[in-house]
Amino acid sequence: MLKRKVEDILGDDTTVGAPDGEDEVVEEFSLSEEEEMSEEEEDDVDFGDVVDRPGDYEDDECSSDEEEIRNRIGNIPMEWYDDYDHIGYDIHGGRVGKSSKQGDQLDKLLDRMDNPDFWRTVRNKVEGEEIVLKDDDVSLIDRLKSNKFPDLGYNPYEPWVDLFSQDKLDTPIVDTPEPKRRFIPSRHEHKKVMKLIRAIRNGWIKPRTDESENRKPSYYDLWSTGPDPNTKTHSNHIPAPKLPLPGNEESYNPPEEYLPTEEEKMAWENADEEDRKLLSKKYSCLRHVPAYPQLINEKFDRCLDLYLCPRKMKMKLNMNPEDLLPKLPKPKDLKPFPSAKAVKFSDHEGHVYSIDSNKSGEFLVSGGEDKIVRIWEASTGRVLSRYTLPDTITSVKWDKAQNIIAAAAGNTVYFINSGLGDKLVSDAAERTLSKDLKEHETCTWYPVTDGEEGLKMKITHHHGVTGITWHASGKYLAVTMRDSPNCAVLIHNLQKASSQKPFNKSKGQIQQVAFHPNKPFFFVLTQRYVRVYNLVKQAMVRKLVCGVKWASCMAVHPKGDNLIVGSYDKTLVWFDMDLSTKPYKSLQQHKKAVRDVCFHSRLPLYSSVSDDCSAIVTHGMVYDDLVKNPLIVPVKVLRAHKPCTKYGVLCNVFHPSLPWLFTGGSDGDIWLYV
Amino acid sequence: MGKIQKKGERGAANNYITRTQAVKKLQLTLPDFRKICILKGIYPHEPRKKRKLAKGSSAPKTFYYAKDIQYLAHEPMLEKFAETKIFVRKIKKALGREELDTVQRVRDQKPRYTLDHIVKERYPTFPDAVKDLDDALSLVFLFSTMPRQGRIQTGIINKCRVLAVEFMHYVVAARCIKKVFVSIKGFYIQAEIEGNDITWIMPHQFTTPPPTNIDFKVMLSFLELYTTLLGFVNFKLFSNLNLIYPPKALEEVFTEKSRVYFGDDIYRERLESLNIKLAEVPKDDDDDEIDEELLMGDETLETLAATRKEEGEFKALFKDCKFFLGREIPREIIVLIIRSLGGQVSWDSDSGVASTYDESDESITHHIVDRPSQSHQFLSRCYIQPQWVFDCVNQRKLLTVDEYVPGAILPPHLSPFVHEGAYVPPEQVELLSRDRKDDEDDEKKGESDKKELSAEDKKLALMAMPKKRKALYNKMVHSNKQKAKVVNKLKRKREEIDTSKGAKKQTTAK
Repeated sequence: MLKRKVEDILGDDTTVGAPDGEDEVVEEFSLSEEEEMSEEEEDDVDFGDVVDRPGDYEDDECSSDEEEIRNRIGNIPMEWYDDYDHIGYDIHGGRVGKSSKQGDQLDKLLDRMDNPDFWRTVRNKVEGEEIVLKDDDVSLIDRLKSNKFPDLGYNPYEPWVDLFSQDKLDTPIVDTPEPKRRFIPSRHEHKKVMKLIRAIRNGWIKPRTDESENRKPSYYDLWSTGPDPNTKTHSNHIPAPKLPLPGNEESYNPPEEYLPTEEEKMAWENADEEDRKLLSKKYSCLRHVPAYPQLINEKFDRCLDLYLCPRKMKMKLNMNPEDLLPKLPKPKDLKPFPSAKAVKFSDHEGHVYSIDSNKSGEFLVSGGEDKIVRIWEASTGRVLSRYTLPDTITSVKWDKAQNIIAAAAGNTVYFINSGLGDKLVSDAAERTLSKDLKEHETCTWYPVTDGEEGLKMKITHHHGVTGITWHASGKYLAVTMRDSPNCAVLIHNLQKASSQKPFNKSKGQIQQVAFHPNKPFFFVLTQRYVRVYNLVKQAMVRKLVCGVKWASCMAVHPKGDNLIVGSYDKTLVWFDMDLSTKPYKSLQQHKKAVRDVCFHSRLPLYSSVSDDCSAIVTHGMVYDDLVKNPLIVPVKVLRAHKPCTKYGVLCNVFHPSLPWLFTGGSDGDIWLYV
Repeated sequence: MGKIQKKGERGAANNYITRTQAVKKLQLTLPDFRKICILKGIYPHEPRKKRKLAKGSSAPKTFYYAKDIQYLAHEPMLEKFAETKIFVRKIKKALGREELDTVQRVRDQKPRYTLDHIVKERYPTFPDAVKDLDDALSLVFLFSTMPRQGRIQTGIINKCRVLAVEFMHYVVAARCIKKVFVSIKGFYIQAEIEGNDITWIMPHQFTTPPPTNIDFKVMLSFLELYTTLLGFVNFKLFSNLNLIYPPKALEEVFTEKSRVYFGDDIYRERLESLNIKLAEVPKDDDDDEIDEELLMGDETLETLAATRKEEGEFKALFKDCKFFLGREIPREIIVLIIRSLGGQVSWDSDSGVASTYDESDESITHHIVDRPSQSHQFLSRCYIQPQWVFDCVNQRKLLTVDEYVPGAILPPHLSPFVHEGAYVPPEQVELLSRDRKDDEDDEKKGESDKKELSAEDKKLALMAMPKKRKALYNKMVHSNKQKAKVVNKLKRKREEIDTSKGAKKQTTAK
């Protein structure tokens, strides 16, 4: 009886103790049962009734089965009735309700608060009644939990009653002859024991350690010893960034402007779940604030970030973007430069491909798609003369020394003596241009007699001419041609009426060539490089790497040490040839391809024009002091041309002395800026 | 000529290792690899030339530093992983053969491990550990409110709860609370611990069923580390304050015997109420506070003394207040705040253990209620809504209670964490301007030096910039514009609200 009760008590873990305690007690039982079993094995005779040990609870077990159970359903598992409101039936077959005393968690809680005996009250499930444990019972449980004998009065060291002594009794208790197995050691047992011994020797079975004794305290002063110098920390560990702190929008009672409008709510609902930001909400009081179920998802994402995201140190610039702007002198301090559009020269139809001014800057020559070379008065925009050529004019250049205009149209370069300016100079030019027919391997020189007045001579090539360049002395003219890999550049000597081919084979597609203003150097611009040749030594001096995909044009500084290259990929590159073969500066000023660049011959200015219909005038000061780097300051953006086709401004040229700029565009206009 | 370099011996090819390679090298399963990475704090790296390393393939690949993996290879935990694997195999085998005693024996020898050495390794000094406490606290507090019948073992939840309560006890004892913010996600609390601002989130006191789309293994690995870390940190914090760890109530009203039968429940509940005084380690009396007299004279020291005084005043903000909480108040957070700022607090004894005085106590100054009307009102005290407490902490002074009476429409609850460049509502502008008066003078001086560039000059200067710089500039300008857009939108909204309110007032006045 007593044991069952104790089991009931222990079974109800809500009332008594921690689960550990329960385990221990159950173990205790099982152990003692085993003991008893072994005892029984040893003695064949059961003396349970003969020897009356007071309080031996094992003995009560058998009697407890016979005890009458006083409930309606008999000795069946109680959980069968868990789902019903009743428990058992009365004599008439009616259902008997469960006793109302059972109660739920809330009742239990209240009971715990009110009932001083709550802790010692247990419920007998079978009989459905509450039992208040008496002091005896409590002390019994106490002893059981501390692994003591349950009965206080039990003496484990009672004097031994030696029933089977060596003394032979007159009337033996047992008179059967001893069986043989009593005298022979059991092989089966021997085997079992040996197995265990082997296991213990080999360390397969270890003695059970009592964990509660051996366990260290789970927390201690971990940092008492200071950092251990021997432990390696992994190299360059970056601590994880902290989560941003919440702003007002997360408040349970935010200012009203944070609350989303209907549209914002709609947009939020339609948005992808990943893009959704927190939607502010207002609660009138703290009581109304519900749980936030996504919190755990957010923490999970944070965990993922912590172990899955690559980390990288990033310098965060906490500065005003204005501070990034370079400290440059103000444009107004760098005057003079062209700053306003002044005169529009409109006579051309179609693109104006090329313009140039004469030595004094009084006149301007232009040529373009309409196959007419025009000479203008620069200050007024009046057309002085027109020369019609048979093909589209790709390039016109006015020689500053001899006052000769060279114009490239198709395969041919035409030479025009305009007769403007100094009489002596134009007479000298007349003489230079009066040459006989002369045939070369690569070209043919023709005198022109039947054309318009002024048109004196032409040189016809095998391929279309893309560009021409005069040497500063006026003696030489360099011509570039398309589609001719081994004859892309020709240099004509006007004095000797000879033509020579400087390169047997061109390296890459030649975009433009230029002469050094005072040294025998020759610049050749290909798609990606500028090659500088010494014409006297006939060797390459330098190869400049532009760093652009496709260069379009170049201009040499009047002093000859600096060079700018424009490119179709919007970039303008400045080379300081004393400095390096790499660009000194690479500027991306234009929004579209750069079409042409030019330097002013006296002032520290250069200009670049591009397809975005703008011309940008830049102050480009080169110092005589070799240590000082060139100063480059963009000073003015000029916009006059209208966007016509995909091309914008195609050519530009500075006035030789004044800060004036001429630009010719695809809309057929030429503009003068002063 | 130098030695010829072989391919793959130097540079990126040697420095990085893919995840698959790493798992193979460490002879682990992928989940085990994940766990060890979490515990040891190893994270992947993004190589500069990823395509090249991946031999041209653009498939997503995770790269780790080879040195990190090398470092992992020496970890003693790997052995434990192997042992666990064997243990599971043995148990399975024995179960399959129905050898129950073998099962029992093997189970007794279950490999156990602690993460102490990992914590020590990752945080060589105590300040290192404190600095990294944000995530640990948030996760532990979150798990302490998880439902106990769910997928997560009750033992883990209980452990989290115990650690969270211990930590809150420290906050109360050290009086280190700085800022609080009631968000719709939970309560954000910022405390200054050992000179570091630690912010964590306490979820609202409702248990929500954990979502199913989450891999709890990952979170539990983190939790394993964080509980160990927080335990050690708690121990150290308690010992720094001379408190007994684990915390013990000062007046042990419960005798040892009755504690056993009451179950630990009531004892635990008393501890969790945060309204008990903790037992201290007996110590000698020698205060090492700075002598006030020594501070006089030196200017810097005087300012230091002033800040200390201000701090002291803030720490005793609720010194003269005696609070009583209504039943509907989230008790834990309010008690934490009030007690850590020196106030006294109690509640109805029916609604929880450890209440120290009754509602009828005449000395109560503030009664916090969260319902519009009150059946019986005492005249000797003010009735307020809980937001008053939070706003007082953030503004570092006792506010007037007029706006916070029960049933009143509360003023907006503003975040004490103000971001740089974010929109600041007019209510907050006043508060901030008070704090920043001193700083402004300095700023004004700086501003006069700057000259604003005209738009055209700016454009021209931009042209002279190198490409990289220009991209950076454009990015900054763009992001500033985006921020300004948000701010302007809120400003506009506010103006609209204000004008509509003004119009309403006028009509009602008429």
